[in-house]
Amino acid sequence: MSELLQVIGLTKRFGGLTAVNNVSFSVQEHEILSVIGPNGAGKSTLFKLIASFLRTSGGEVRFRGERISNLAPHITARKGIVRTFQETTIFKGMTVRENVVIAHHLRSKASLFGFFIESPAAARDEQEFGRSADQILEFLDLGEIKNEVASNLPQGHLRALGIAIGLSTDPTVLLLDEPFAGMNHDETRRAVEMVRSVRDRGVTLLLVEHDMSAVMKISDRIVVLNFGEKIAEGTPEEIQSNESVIEAYLGIEDESIGL
Amino acid sequence: MTRTTKIVGVGAVLAILLVGIPALINISGRWDLYYTLTSVALLSIASGGVWLTFYIGRINIGQGAYALMGGYVSAILVVKYGVSFWLTLPIAGLFCGAVSVLIGIPILRLRGVYFAMITLVLTEVARLSMLALPITNGAKGITNIPLPGAVEVFGLTLIPDFATLSNAKPAFYYLSIVLMILCFAGLYRLVNSRLGKLCRSLQQNEELASSIGVNIAYLRVVAYVISSFLGGIGGATFAAISQSVYPSSFTIADSINFMLNCFLGGLGYVFGPMLGTLVLYFGWDLLFQTGEFQLLIFSTVLIALILALPNGLLSLRFSKAGKESVGRE
Repeated sequence: MSELLQVIGLTKRFGGLTAVNNVSFSVQEHEILSVIGPNGAGKSTLFKLIASFLRTSGGEVRFRGERISNLAPHITARKGIVRTFQETTIFKGMTVRENVVIAHHLRSKASLFGFFIESPAAARDEQEFGRSADQILEFLDLGEIKNEVASNLPQGHLRALGIAIGLSTDPTVLLLDEPFAGMNHDETRRAVEMVRSVRDRGVTLLLVEHDMSAVMKISDRIVVLNFGEKIAEGTPEEIQSNESVIEAYLGIEDESIGL
Repeated sequence: MTRTTKIVGVGAVLAILLVGIPALINISGRWDLYYTLTSVALLSIASGGVWLTFYIGRINIGQGAYALMGGYVSAILVVKYGVSFWLTLPIAGLFCGAVSVLIGIPILRLRGVYFAMITLVLTEVARLSMLALPITNGAKGITNIPLPGAVEVFGLTLIPDFATLSNAKPAFYYLSIVLMILCFAGLYRLVNSRLGKLCRSLQQNEELASSIGVNIAYLRVVAYVISSFLGGIGGATFAAISQSVYPSSFTIADSINFMLNCFLGGLGYVFGPMLGTLVLYFGWDLLFQTGEFQLLIFSTVLIALILALPNGLLSLRFSKAGKESVGRE
């Protein structure tokens, strides 16, 4: 195992508010690392900083030793760090399969003009993307609904589609923003399996999540944020017995951390 | 649709446009229709450009600026420098495309009503610039533009000199129709290629598009440049037909009409702007006799149409086809 992603002293200020304050941690290859914390702790901001959707106020993110903070989002994505979204953000007007096929864009070798005149490279890409999309849809159990228009799908399927879109880009690191939010027990169980199988494909996963029981089950390591600062880092067992974490979740610790 | 029915369909449309309509006009003697249909064809080219910006999720009310610019570029080159019209046509388009890169890079970051407002102002800026620039001859505009000359390759006359024709109207009709066919064939190809899918991904969710690696800033500019190119081509041909161009040749009202053409025909269909332009242009003319009530009736009908068919006129045909296929299942 080696350090794939390093977050070094990352800071983000919005005017007078410091949303993320001097946070440092690193992500090992092929691990599932969860970022947890109470509402407003800066988890989503941290994600946006890693995926270059926000500019940093200080500190940096390194990917395989190379600085990636403050690049354009599509450049970061091309380097292999891909973010899925908190809300069920998908291309609503397209079918499930179209969503996944278009998400293969990153892998494309043909130019825009090549697509227009349908050059051999473009035709090859198009064929290969279709095949790969079908595989990913099978893998995530979306094969049967691939011709449905995405806006008609129920929550659970939308979340899976979000992950399918992320996977289609062939990411090295996939950032999942609350993949289990709004799911019932059964759906969560299946989603946890899905996330594990994604890791087994060799993808490193970073997730922000509220569902503590799922986080404890799935994570190799956990980073805890509170008021923008990192207050703990460790394995699920270590986090569960950490004093400052319990304090941060004061009053609700019993149910939410599973103690 | 199978391949053969498609080919037959395209062939039929071409035959109607290039043979059927001219024949009908000759029989009926309604020569004025040539001018009307030529206008419709050219306006639909400019509207096609607007439609493409709609396709990436931007409301564009600034196409008049590029049409005006294209008209002036062609007119100035023909009148002051004696360049052949046929050469100025692509130059006008490319010039507008180049200008739209400079304008597009800053303004395409805006979305929704903010982009729409800026483009609306753009038309007015273009009009005022044409009034003020030393080369455009102010409010008097450029008049007496010579008709397009002949095109000869190795002594073979491909296109005759329009001035030697007894009636240039049919010639302009053919020119505009061919340009329109090329424009919409290109748009159709674009929309049905992966490029079109990428445009749709922008329209539906720019943030997600950039997270899957789409260079959204670049793609937006590409679409806007194509749009402005078409505006310039339409404007340049218009100047050649009317043999004149003034700062008021394309105004905000025209920009709004280009947008309305797209709405009316259907934003989801490539051929929407073509149908929209036809209906809007003829609709306006038909209401001419109602005099002062023309605008009132026109806008009422338009509002009713947009309320009843929010996806445009072409959705009529498609929703019917959709229902049939559901019935069969």
